[in-house]
Amino acid sequence: MTTPAEFYQRDRALHPPAYTPGYKTSVARSPRYSLISLQNSVSEVTGPVFGHADIEPGDNDLLTNYARPGESPIGERIILKGRVLDENARPVPNTLVEIWQANAGGRYRHKKDTYLAPIDPNFGGCGRTLTDEAGHYAFRTVKPGAYPWRNMVNNWRPAHVHVSVFGTGFAQRLITQCYFEGDPLIPICPIVQTIPDQGAIERLTATLDLNATIPLDSIAYTFDIVLRGRRSTLFENRLEGN
Amino acid sequence: MPRNLDYLRETASQTAGPYVHIGLAPGAAGFDIYRQELGRDIAGPNAKGERIRIEGRVIDGMGAPIKDVMLEVWQANAEGHYAHPEGGGPVEEGFRGWGRVITDFETGDWGFDTVKPGRTRGRNVGMQAPHLNLWIVARGINVGLNTRIYFSDEAEANAQDPVLNLIEWEHRRATLVARRTETGGTPLYRFDIRLQGEDETVFFDV
Repeated sequence: MTTPAEFYQRDRALHPPAYTPGYKTSVARSPRYSLISLQNSVSEVTGPVFGHADIEPGDNDLLTNYARPGESPIGERIILKGRVLDENARPVPNTLVEIWQANAGGRYRHKKDTYLAPIDPNFGGCGRTLTDEAGHYAFRTVKPGAYPWRNMVNNWRPAHVHVSVFGTGFAQRLITQCYFEGDPLIPICPIVQTIPDQGAIERLTATLDLNATIPLDSIAYTFDIVLRGRRSTLFENRLEGN
Repeated sequence: MPRNLDYLRETASQTAGPYVHIGLAPGAAGFDIYRQELGRDIAGPNAKGERIRIEGRVIDGMGAPIKDVMLEVWQANAEGHYAHPEGGGPVEEGFRGWGRVITDFETGDWGFDTVKPGRTRGRNVGMQAPHLNLWIVARGINVGLNTRIYFSDEAEANAQDPVLNLIEWEHRRATLVARRTETGGTPLYRFDIRLQGEDETVFFDV
């Protein structure tokens, strides 16, 4: 029986630590003991597999997936697209990408969101798709608005889209947030600033892609997602007693 | 550090936030948008083995239940096979072994129904005790937390489990063992997850 090839260890210096007091909610929700490091077993290198039967073709179009017939949400029409790759720069095909976001006014369609900006009757705020063979994904949506949140007295979230990605193994599971180039709220956001690595913050910022815009219709932003890479089994590794 | 090689760098994690349900379980957020939500049925109708229910809470450092947490479950079937090309063998039609678990927004209680998994192969030698893999995200959790649920009625298998045995502090292993109670119907296990404090649950860097 072969030993499954492991994912590269997660570079924790790129990720926020658990305890980030500038983001107050993390204080009581952060484990204090060290994580126990595991070499990957079958439990970590495998993960759920999704197919086209799980979703519908229109699920990635937030301009229409909740709008009343003939109507569309208010806001700046955008295409948010990119590739899912691994650390080896290989595309991750057929993987599930799910997004959720506030509407153009910065309000979420959620029974717990009470911000005074109005709900948009034509905007649900979620979408999902599978990457193609080359790892590409695309959503059509409106650019979300900034909104205030309770942390310090006067904190505002930069415009952002939440992104959830699977990959091929449960150890690759990732949720993150995509920001937009040029937003002055990015460097002063306590949640963004939980990330200790400036390059990692820049890689969370979607870039305007003028060539991908649809003239007179929608502006386009590119956001590539990198999941953990996996070792290749150049040599069968059979450590005694490990 | 080998930074001059041509590897890409992993995308950084950000908290799932309080409104994770909109994207991953919109029904819980209060609206109906998809033909089917994913992850509602972990085992499917044809799965063999013992049907069980697991209930619990995720508790913060103040001792309060977290009411906006989302858990994902990943498990093998009763024969110890994951529904994946490298999963060790075939699974029943409709068995995915993956699910999403949402709390009650008022109480923080969660629960889900599944089948008890079988033993799975360990990394190099030996077998892992039956377990479910959990991934926990919420507002205030910056990187999803990985942990495992083992079963109190598998004491012999647990004692040989290579992952439990990796935990140097033996008393902390108990934080990963769900307690079985017989209620007359479906066997019920209790599994509370403590993010901080004396009984902090063991979390893994996988």
